[in-house]
Amino acid sequence: MSTLTQTAPAGPPKRKDRVGPWLSLLAWVVGILFVLPVLWMVLTSFHSEADAATNPPAVFAPITLEGYREFFSGAASPWPPLLNSLTASVLSTVLVLLLAFPAAYALSIKPVRKWTDVLFFFLSTKMLPVVAGLLPLYLFAQYTGLLDNIWLLIVFYTSMNLPIAVWMMHSFLAEVPVEMLEAASMDGASLARTLRSVIAPVVLPGLAATALICFIFSWNELLFARVLTATVAETSPVFLTSFVTSQGLFLAQLCAAAFVVSLPVLVAGFAAQDKLVQGLSLGSVK
Amino acid sequence: MTSVAEKTGEGQLGSAPPRPPGAARRAAGWARRAPLMPALIFMIIVTQLPFVVTLVISFMDWNAYYPDERGFTGVDNYRRVFTDVNMLDAVWTTVKLTVGVVLISLILGLGIALLLDRRFRGRGAVRTMMIAPFLVVPVAAALLWKHALYNPEYGLFNGALTWVWGLFGSDDPPQPDWISNMPLWSIIFSLVWQWTPFMMLILLAGLQSRPLDVVEAARIDGAGGWQIFRSMTLPHLRRYLELGALLGSIYIVQNFDAVFTITSGGLGTANLPYTIYQIFYQAHDYGRASAAAVVVVVATIIIATFALRTVSSLFREDSGR
Repeated sequence: MSTLTQTAPAGPPKRKDRVGPWLSLLAWVVGILFVLPVLWMVLTSFHSEADAATNPPAVFAPITLEGYREFFSGAASPWPPLLNSLTASVLSTVLVLLLAFPAAYALSIKPVRKWTDVLFFFLSTKMLPVVAGLLPLYLFAQYTGLLDNIWLLIVFYTSMNLPIAVWMMHSFLAEVPVEMLEAASMDGASLARTLRSVIAPVVLPGLAATALICFIFSWNELLFARVLTATVAETSPVFLTSFVTSQGLFLAQLCAAAFVVSLPVLVAGFAAQDKLVQGLSLGSVK
Repeated sequence: MTSVAEKTGEGQLGSAPPRPPGAARRAAGWARRAPLMPALIFMIIVTQLPFVVTLVISFMDWNAYYPDERGFTGVDNYRRVFTDVNMLDAVWTTVKLTVGVVLISLILGLGIALLLDRRFRGRGAVRTMMIAPFLVVPVAAALLWKHALYNPEYGLFNGALTWVWGLFGSDDPPQPDWISNMPLWSIIFSLVWQWTPFMMLILLAGLQSRPLDVVEAARIDGAGGWQIFRSMTLPHLRRYLELGALLGSIYIVQNFDAVFTITSGGLGTANLPYTIYQIFYQAHDYGRASAAAVVVVVATIIIATFALRTVSSLFREDSGR
């Protein structure tokens, strides 16, 4: 792009040279403004409570692990919620992939009749307000004694992410070259074999991105976790809601908690950075 | 693709004894459908069945506080939903919240995508910084804005005001109580902060899929930057803008976390998901909550039908197979 504009004779190079650096500077300023609250959260989490609550802000206050110590050794330990979140996110993601991969295969490689209708059925479930399903699931859980049981959340998160995964996998599978499938079917390879040794290697990056995005959505979910769990199966976002009302000097501890809970998502998101757009747009943007 | 299917079909017919064509076709159809079935059945059970239950309960008088009065009441709940002032307010709040967040984050996202579509030192770093807000857990982000940024006493915003005023020697800086003064905007800003990266990513992908040779040709022909943007870039971006608006709306209409955390639905910020949650979880009025949910679902279906038409036109060129 830059070489092109340099060699293009009609481009107004003088003007470009004057505006260009300012636009770059502006991009940097905007980027820093957007990341600032995240950096502020991290910085505050390493300050003492007294330094965290100063006005004007004490940016260069001494670094301490006090906030983290308080968070991890507080009255309610954050470990069970963190482990619950991990269990629910990982297991539901595994379930989603197990269901979505064959389904996407039947919607793209060897499409069933009316496969577009099926695809849009999956998408339409995503458009229905989840709050409409909340009460029946709650009543069901109450009658079956599944309230405060992590498995109910796992099943719900699977249904929440399955449409996203089906759409994403569908778009990734559409990239598998037809010749490879023809070769496999000529050799008489079974469905399972074709999936494992022909398709999987080609779509593995897409599979990984799908998994990371499903993981993020399950990890973030609050409404259902809040209604369907209590003390035993409580997840990290529910745990965080104990910080909704202020409790004296608690900002450093809050920032430590917010950072710890967000850390897995930040890691997963940056790992899936290149495929993030494709995943979030359900595979329609490459 | 059909050619592969036909070829394998022929091979089977050649070697296997002839079967009645109807049965064979049906068997082949089921073999194709088999991998789809687990996902489809799972989705129907977990997402469609509950809705049927919601529909049934919406015609019942059912409050968990008065378990003895449970019974069918006809359309009573619906009458209460439609005459409830809070419900009407919730609808408006939802519309304002969704339109505000989607519109502002789309415009900001477009501007930032245009900035990032150029080559400059540290472009990757700026892109990474831009994505960060989207990767903070929503509740954590809402808590961060509520306590660490908006707080009138020790929040960063008022802290920055004190600092700036201090630079000019004033010790009487304005210290607004952000959330009380503009509750809905407080929620909108925190959501814009989280969703602008999402819009930016989609639009940046759109910008980078532009056929650059055409743009270059236009530039050589003497087209100015604004002309190129209006007559070439913007039409090309149209489907990406639509996609961003659609996906953003799907998520923000359903927003619960920010409303719950920042204002707990107070100060006129209770949107539909929060209101229904309250009727169900705090008032324990199952019948009315269900009726409200049914109304929301019907409204969503109407809107989604239009939205789906847009998406399907977006995906048409993609659906090669």
